[in-house]
Amino acid sequence: MARYIAQRLGQTLLVLLIVSFLTYMLVDFLPGDPIAAMTGGEISGETYERLYKEMNMDKPVLVRYALWLKGALTGDLGTSQSYHRRVVDIISERVPVTIYFSLLAFVISVPLGILFGIISAVRRGSAADTAVTLTANVCCCLPQFWLGILFMYVFAMKLGWLPSSGFVWPHEDLLLSIRQTIMPLLCLAIGGIASITRQTRSSMLEVIRQDYIRTARSKGLRSKAVIYVHALKNALLPVITLMGLRLGGLIGGSVFVENVFVIPGMGSLLVNAITSVDIPLIQGCVLLIAVFSCVVNLITDIVYVYVDPRIKVA
Amino acid sequence: MASKHLLEIRNLVTTFRSDNREFNAIEGVSMHVDRGEIVGIVGESGSGKSVTMLSSLQLIASPGRVAGGEVYLEGVKDNLLSYGSDSEEMRQIRGGRISMIFQEPMTSLNPVLTVGYQIQENILLHKKVTPEEAKRRTIEAMKMVNIPDAETRYDYYPQQFSGGMRQRIMIAMAMAPGPDILIADEATTALDVTTQAQLLEMIRDIAKKTNTAVIMVTHNLGLVARYAERIYVMYGGHIMETSDCVEVFHNTKHPYTRALLRAIPRLDDPKDRVLIPIDGLPPVPSQRPPYCPFYERCEYRCDACKANTDYSLKQVGENHWSSCILTQQQLDEGAEALLHKNYGESPVRPQLDDYCLKVSNVRKYFPVYKGLLRKKVGEVKAIEDIAFDLKQGETLGVVGESGCGKTTLARCIMRMYEPDEGTIIFGGRDIAHLKDKELKPVRPKISMIFQDPFSSLDPRQSAESIVGESLLIHKLVNGRTEYENRVDELLRKVGMDPAMKDRVAHEFSGGQRQRIGIARALSSNPDLIICDEPISALDVSIQAQIINLLEKIQAETGISYIFIAHDLAVVKHISDRILVMYLGRVMEIAECDELYEHPLHPYTQALLSAIPVADPLVEAQREAVPIQGEVPSILKRPSGCPFHNRCPRATERCSQEVPALHTVKGSHQVACHLV
Repeated sequence: MARYIAQRLGQTLLVLLIVSFLTYMLVDFLPGDPIAAMTGGEISGETYERLYKEMNMDKPVLVRYALWLKGALTGDLGTSQSYHRRVVDIISERVPVTIYFSLLAFVISVPLGILFGIISAVRRGSAADTAVTLTANVCCCLPQFWLGILFMYVFAMKLGWLPSSGFVWPHEDLLLSIRQTIMPLLCLAIGGIASITRQTRSSMLEVIRQDYIRTARSKGLRSKAVIYVHALKNALLPVITLMGLRLGGLIGGSVFVENVFVIPGMGSLLVNAITSVDIPLIQGCVLLIAVFSCVVNLITDIVYVYVDPRIKVA
Repeated sequence: MASKHLLEIRNLVTTFRSDNREFNAIEGVSMHVDRGEIVGIVGESGSGKSVTMLSSLQLIASPGRVAGGEVYLEGVKDNLLSYGSDSEEMRQIRGGRISMIFQEPMTSLNPVLTVGYQIQENILLHKKVTPEEAKRRTIEAMKMVNIPDAETRYDYYPQQFSGGMRQRIMIAMAMAPGPDILIADEATTALDVTTQAQLLEMIRDIAKKTNTAVIMVTHNLGLVARYAERIYVMYGGHIMETSDCVEVFHNTKHPYTRALLRAIPRLDDPKDRVLIPIDGLPPVPSQRPPYCPFYERCEYRCDACKANTDYSLKQVGENHWSSCILTQQQLDEGAEALLHKNYGESPVRPQLDDYCLKVSNVRKYFPVYKGLLRKKVGEVKAIEDIAFDLKQGETLGVVGESGCGKTTLARCIMRMYEPDEGTIIFGGRDIAHLKDKELKPVRPKISMIFQDPFSSLDPRQSAESIVGESLLIHKLVNGRTEYENRVDELLRKVGMDPAMKDRVAHEFSGGQRQRIGIARALSSNPDLIICDEPISALDVSIQAQIINLLEKIQAETGISYIFIAHDLAVVKHISDRILVMYLGRVMEIAECDELYEHPLHPYTQALLSAIPVADPLVEAQREAVPIQGEVPSILKRPSGCPFHNRCPRATERCSQEVPALHTVKGSHQVACHLV
């Protein structure tokens, strides 16, 4: 077991190394001169020379990368050109907001998705199943930004029940925080609930047909016990994969929602960084999102081993 | 009204839906079981034998439903069907008093729960015991079914056991709460013959010791002849005949049972016995006629049969019931007429002295890779030192249990694999190491018939293109007309109407698909056909048709067959010589009769003894050769003679030295130090 985790950890580190290299190479992928692009080009030759040296552009690319990586590992991702602050400081301000929304959305969508999935699978063909399946199918394909704008139009502008945008932490102003959180959270969670419902339903239907479910019924187990003890554990295996994917995607997904609701998180930061060609900041954001996705994948794989004894740990 | 039997089923009717139409899967089945007896229910697929059992336990899955009938169990006042499927009463009976073992050991246990959990769950459900006591009883039950090291294995998951071991766990699970009745639904069908024999012996011993009644549901007449005391024969959702085991086999009344017994090959058959197939196909449940379901295929049928719609069981002797309305006199006359009916001689095959195939010293190992860099860490020694020859027009049977390398051998001869070592002389030239290009002229001369007629035909191709494909590939025809004519001729040769050649695979029945498979194999005019378990997926009544077809084709064309199967009775019937394999090595090769009368290798003896003969009187006289353990994984082949750790006669030498294949007398060769 420990060996397996160590092995997966090693693979994750390898992936991160590759990702960090590609992230760094963003500078070279940009069209034109990177320094000119960053600064808008209106600088004197002297400043150019200084920046050129500062960014180590005079050194070979691998050396530059090594220096950058060393900085990144010690918590130095450089200085943002548009904010004129250390990238690490900016990100550490923004990350908690995004994590807050992501985790909340995750915590809501998993149990609800599984519950709806079970209900519709167990009562296959009933009115409840039709309603759940139909709703889930529709919700699955709603784009988040469109949903956000729709919510904003209905609840903020027409009904005036909720504030249209902004963000405060719960400990600052609980009531306002809740009112501000509802709409973005729904936008983030609805897709998750829908896709987890669909996955749970289909894998549950698959599992219910299996021979071992017949065996369990032939023992005289109650239907509930057959479903929750024998079927659910098997049916959840593909759902775990999906959960990992959802969680990994939530941070990236925050780009739309945070922009629509003007929430100071990673998503809006990334968009700002890109529009102002703030290369150190882009690098920092991309690297962080990559680390997050890798860690989530690693956790998913480890959880898998615990849940599915068929994965042989050698 | 309660019953004097332990379990009595009266007029059970179960319906299913298909195409929005309800039809009866079983129509008024009545049977009973007494305490401690072993009852066999035999029938082909779709006969309703499993449905009867599942219905009486109310385990029929929606949209199927039990539409009528009564089920009584000793000690329970009410009709069991009056309780709801999920009611407390029904659940206590299900698993507690009547438990069930299913066919597929690989899928019948929950993969994410430990076997210990799954067994003790059954005890906790039905016995009022503490969890500690349940665990103790679980381990006891595991020991009862001979699972070594039961205390440790308690925490194992199903996939850590072999198929045979899993079925033992199923038995332990079913027997743990001490049921009155054990239903074994094709419980050993998926297992190797030696494992099957071990398990059924064990079930019989446990049942007799605990006075548990056993209901054996199977399609295998041999198994019921060996183990059952009373038999129900089912066909088309009805019971056709029932009586004591010996009565059914030796004073057979119903024409269906009679036909069945004439259609199956037996281990003790004389060489020239003609199998008499049952013509036609079993009725589709949704299109069953109102009269006797066997009418269309029955050789005794008369107009009265078609007019009659009451074919419930009628007493025809002491303890003997049959659903046939014909009188004893009519049946006797019918049998007399059948005796004189000419089914044709067993086809005489031209035996030539030229060799079709000479295999010597063939070896094939498969590398095992592991890790990120796919490092080679070992080898699977699939086959080693294989040597045999095959004359033109001869049939060589290859038998052995799973993992013995039968299929690897077939693929080496087909040259789908290149053997690591050895020579394969075919058509006067060594093809073992030819390059793909050089093989091209050889390819059409060797073809293959596969086991599963359902998955071995392309579902999107018409019968015509399946059969005609190799004609085009090998450019065996000139022009469209010749192609059409040749395809029609091939289809006629295998007994199919060329008018059906535009249909695709799923429009044919299993037997018809296998006929198409045979036509495909014949299309390139091969000299050798490798038949890999060609009939094991087919129903008993269809098997004989295919065997006879293969024999007829051989007599006409002088083709050679390599016939791979695990069913020794079939192999014996069709083969001239038989090669016995075990864990990748040849154990024994001999002429058919010689092998069955004087098996020399202890493995051959055990294998033959494990195969039941469909005759209770013969069975009673046969001497059982017990075999220990299970076939080891090919990855852990024992040193020396691969069989030594299961062999009752093994000596020190057997574990150290691999015995060479040597000739004993005539063409009888054996690889054993003791012979």
